[in-house]
Amino acid sequence: MVGDDIVLEIQNLQLGLNGKFIINGLNLRVNKGEIHGILGENGTGKTTLAYLIMGTNNYKPTGGRIIFEGQDITDLSISQRAKKGISLAWQEPARIEGLRVRDYLNLSGNNSGTEKAEHYLEMVGLEPARYLDRDIDNTLSGGERKRIEMASLLAMRPKLAILDEPDSGIDAISLPLILNGIVEMSKQGSSALLITHNENVVEIAHRVSVLCAGKVLMTGAAAETSHWFKNNCRSCPHINEPAEEVEKS
Amino acid sequence: MTGYSVEKEYQGMLDAYEKAGGDKSALQSRDTARLVIHQNRVLSADEVDGIQIETRETKNGVNIDLLVREGVKIEHPVHLCFGILPQEGLQKIILRVKAEDNSEVNVIAHCIFPNAVKVVHKMDAEIDIGNNARFGYKETHYHGDCSGVEVIPKAKVTLGDKAIYENTFNLTQGCVGKLDFDYEIFSGAGSVTELIAKVYGKKNDIIKIAEKVNLNGQDARSLIKTRVVLRDRAWAEVIGETYGNAPYARGHVDCIELVNGTEAVARAIPIVSVTNDKAKVTHEAAIGSIDRRQVETLMARGLDENEAVDVIVRGLLR
Repeated sequence: MVGDDIVLEIQNLQLGLNGKFIINGLNLRVNKGEIHGILGENGTGKTTLAYLIMGTNNYKPTGGRIIFEGQDITDLSISQRAKKGISLAWQEPARIEGLRVRDYLNLSGNNSGTEKAEHYLEMVGLEPARYLDRDIDNTLSGGERKRIEMASLLAMRPKLAILDEPDSGIDAISLPLILNGIVEMSKQGSSALLITHNENVVEIAHRVSVLCAGKVLMTGAAAETSHWFKNNCRSCPHINEPAEEVEKS
Repeated sequence: MTGYSVEKEYQGMLDAYEKAGGDKSALQSRDTARLVIHQNRVLSADEVDGIQIETRETKNGVNIDLLVREGVKIEHPVHLCFGILPQEGLQKIILRVKAEDNSEVNVIAHCIFPNAVKVVHKMDAEIDIGNNARFGYKETHYHGDCSGVEVIPKAKVTLGDKAIYENTFNLTQGCVGKLDFDYEIFSGAGSVTELIAKVYGKKNDIIKIAEKVNLNGQDARSLIKTRVVLRDRAWAEVIGETYGNAPYARGHVDCIELVNGTEAVARAIPIVSVTNDKAKVTHEAAIGSIDRRQVETLMARGLDENEAVDVIVRGLLR
């Protein structure tokens, strides 16, 4: 159930790198249990936003605040944010030689046990018997690794899951399983920030924000916002340089 | 060593092995061929059908002849346990292995030096693996936290046609001390060689690993896989050499060395060479700090940075 309680509030966030604003005065609110879609073309700042919220990649905001459950987390480490209930599924997850899938799924300590690990693998369409004892290394295909990343996030049951392009590299049969997993997570009270450039993926979102030039252009219901994105952003001749009237629209 | 009884020494070896995380029941099972050597004394030598173990104590060690008879497949691994329990000592092991045609055996060697301050463990091995035979050798070391061990294993291994040789060397517990590992393999036609070495260097450890495979038979295959993690002021040099000397021989050298800290030093020297135009040998080597993305991936699951590094290191050395 989506509540009115705000889990994540981003206030006037900025990140400048090499004299250019990658994130430029971004404001965003995500409610408890909400699946909030972030739609944006390549280079609009989607992944940077994910990194800033999680605190990864050595990114430090040059302005603004990130508030999680009422507390400013802007200066917290990745681990501290994770312990508060934020986690991230990377667009291209790291491979770690010698770390077995079962151990990776049990890392957070929330769901220790083979049975739970099996359950989350099944949720993303992976047969537990074939995967539990494999390493999350280069022997996995890109799609397999991404599905394990998603299973790991489901196992962690974070309060806020940041999903960076969960659809990229995923086949048409597996994608619905992953999206169902996100919906299930939401039903259990987790919020999700669903980052993608694919307007079909955000159909499961309660609300969607369109990102351009490091700021939110608009936020609204999934169907309307996706429609607006399709009509305006797909054919936009000046991505990341939005015209003033578009910003005000 | 005056005043030690054989029983006490044997029990001391078992206790040290168990304390290091080993399962001492494996060294006591009646179904298992085993050999327990403390310094230059043979404390236990037990054969099973199909295996012959002959030993001769020398001034500073033991000469061992291990024979696996033709066509025999040994069900349970053979356990070899070498160790020095006092703080000082020298142990020279001369090991001759003959795995006759069509035989099959796995050998697990435990090398235990928990109290070493000034200990030298040398092994010179000649291993002859017959046609279509399979010989697995897994050597695990249990060292204490004082870098007082010098480990010098050297081996020449000859593989017959379609023979399989799998060697795993594992020195990840305690401090290495000094390691000078030197193996050379001569591969027959259609044979398969897999050399895996995993070493965790700490403090002032000095690690030298040299592995050389000569793919002399047609269709021979080999993999040299080395994983080294270094911290503190540890130093390592890994030389992986493979020579493709026969048609359709295939070899690969794969080395990863992780350096955790600013004072440790890692070197990797892969040497690949072919003398036959139908052979192919490849290599990959990666040396560097622990991958930041890997660390952040684990931190995003709630581990702190040190825990994340530990998981990555343990994984690589598993």
